[in-house]
Amino acid sequence: MAVTALSAAESKRLSPRLRKLEDERWLAMALLAPTAILLGLFIAYPFFEGVLLSLSSARVGDPGHFVGLKNFHKIWDDSIFRTTVWNTFWYTGVTTVFKLALGLWLAILLNRHFKGKAIIRAFILLPFIIPTVLSTFAWKWMFDPTFSVINWSLFQLGLITTRINWLGDPDLAMTSIIIINIWRGVPFFAITLLAGLQTISPELHEAAAIDGARPWARFWHVTWPLLMPVTLVVVLFSVIQTFADFQLVYVMTGGGPANATHLFATYAYQLGIGTGLLSEGAAISLAMFPFLFVIVVVQLLYIRRVETR
Amino acid sequence: MAEVSLHKLNKKFDTTHVVKDVDLQIRDKEFMVFVGPSGCGKTTTLRMIAGLEAITTGEIRIDDRVVNEVPPMDRDIAMVFQNYALYPHMSVASNLAFGLKMRKFEKAEIEKRINNAAAILGIESLLQRKPRQLSGGQRQRVALGRAIVRDPKVFLFDEPLSNLDAKLRVQMRVELKKLHERLAVTSVYVTHDQVEAMTLGDRVVVMKDGLVQQVGEPLELYNTPANRFVAGFIGSPAMNFADVTLVENGGKPLAEAEGLRIGLPGELAARARAKAGQKATLGIRPEDIHIATAADAPEYCFEASVEVVEQLGSEILLDMRVGPALMVASVEPTLRVRAHDKLKLALKPERLHLFDAESEAAI
Repeated sequence: MAVTALSAAESKRLSPRLRKLEDERWLAMALLAPTAILLGLFIAYPFFEGVLLSLSSARVGDPGHFVGLKNFHKIWDDSIFRTTVWNTFWYTGVTTVFKLALGLWLAILLNRHFKGKAIIRAFILLPFIIPTVLSTFAWKWMFDPTFSVINWSLFQLGLITTRINWLGDPDLAMTSIIIINIWRGVPFFAITLLAGLQTISPELHEAAAIDGARPWARFWHVTWPLLMPVTLVVVLFSVIQTFADFQLVYVMTGGGPANATHLFATYAYQLGIGTGLLSEGAAISLAMFPFLFVIVVVQLLYIRRVETR
Repeated sequence: MAEVSLHKLNKKFDTTHVVKDVDLQIRDKEFMVFVGPSGCGKTTTLRMIAGLEAITTGEIRIDDRVVNEVPPMDRDIAMVFQNYALYPHMSVASNLAFGLKMRKFEKAEIEKRINNAAAILGIESLLQRKPRQLSGGQRQRVALGRAIVRDPKVFLFDEPLSNLDAKLRVQMRVELKKLHERLAVTSVYVTHDQVEAMTLGDRVVVMKDGLVQQVGEPLELYNTPANRFVAGFIGSPAMNFADVTLVENGGKPLAEAEGLRIGLPGELAARARAKAGQKATLGIRPEDIHIATAADAPEYCFEASVEVVEQLGSEILLDMRVGPALMVASVEPTLRVRAHDKLKLALKPERLHLFDAESEAAI
């Protein structure tokens, strides 16, 4: 009784505008509005503008006109674009496999009890925390043909006799950026998978040990299936980020040598901003969309299946 | 056929010494219960038998084999965990089958064993479900089933009933007892619940601070506790204690405290006489106190003032003050008594316990 009397008295004092918020539909809208506006302004609008741009003949200094799918047709015949598509898949695929394998390995190591556990876990995150551009510049020095510390070490160890031109050779350049991406991405995998591992009760491992499962069998039959939902989410995040990676390649190679390391984002930037062919750049950016869309949908469906299983 | 023997077993975690010189022979087919308050080392001892915890010093044998360095899987034991530890991503059937698959059993044999265990536990209809689709009691059965299918030499139970509600716990307790009679496998059972210990155990080990306080059959612990701790831990409501001084009055030994002057009978008198003049603790169980009648010798009577009356239906518990001490008496449910009543009570002299004030050991 006292409660109803109080709330009645309170609603009397509310202004009509505020009273409207007692209706959940209005309240929901009011609460969603800030996010919706931000997403609309910074994601939906640029995306929409990008689509329009890709269907026009705009270049720097020329707003251009509607040309339909001509830009897409053009990039389809572009051999650099085809290299870019292949590069992006190769780059994403190889790095994801290595990041997952190394990240999982590291997570399992970090999941044990040892002295200084907390500090090691914090240090593991360093590559992830340092701004990509900074750490990539450091790597650039390490791969520098003249000053490369890697070459110096290999030379001192007697493993090589001549300099390796890490970033000058097309295949080595790709390998180099893959190594850096793995270095940068492993902490994210390790820490997230570690969090996942910690949700698995140690009792399950003990039960499996008593049940006769050796360490590898325990990993395969207990840890791996229980970690699967977390693994899939991490892989999903990583694939999206890696597929659309820009900074690393831009700083290391700028897409070179001879366009050997271009990814969607760097090639779109080079063509759109570098050469001023805004519409073609937009078309390349958008070409990422169907690929990513398919990857994401497949993974999300799979995650849902794993989680409801 | 399996005996388990622990010899001078010790466990240290860094600087904490959690299990101290435990010596124990667990006989073939025996149901041995470890009981004690949390942190007494009972679970650690069990985990050392399972091989989940390394042994600091000492020796564990299963039959005649020293298993100190034998990994859990090769000890031929099965364990039921407190939180069941069912594999959440596997069906009940797969949970039961896992241990057998790992040991490369034939498919037909696995199926036979699963069906057999499921029938014993009444979980045939649950075999295709996932653990999360089961109630607590059902999960408990599956956990038991996983141990049963293995047909091991020894069953280890780590507080298996502590996550069940009170009613289910009583029910599962009875079932565990029946199951043990049926399977007749050597079992080691850890609990902090003395009722479980008393009802399930062929023998009970009472532990405290890593030390075995007493090993014996349930009634042995109840009737002749080795020390004050066991006396207070076993039995509910707990034994009453009063700090007394042992005196001799005209050649008769007495236990004296403020408001209390109790004669000591027979053998107890002889043992108390040797300690005349010393402090001691007098122990008497609530059920061994009754309202005094003309038949009770005055030296076993005392006066008490009732503070709280707890009506339990089958009995009445009286919380009373005797001098400075608080005591509980369990009396006939037909008695009419109210708080603040002054009563004259008597105790059964043959049920008196005396404990040394220093060592707390039974006198």
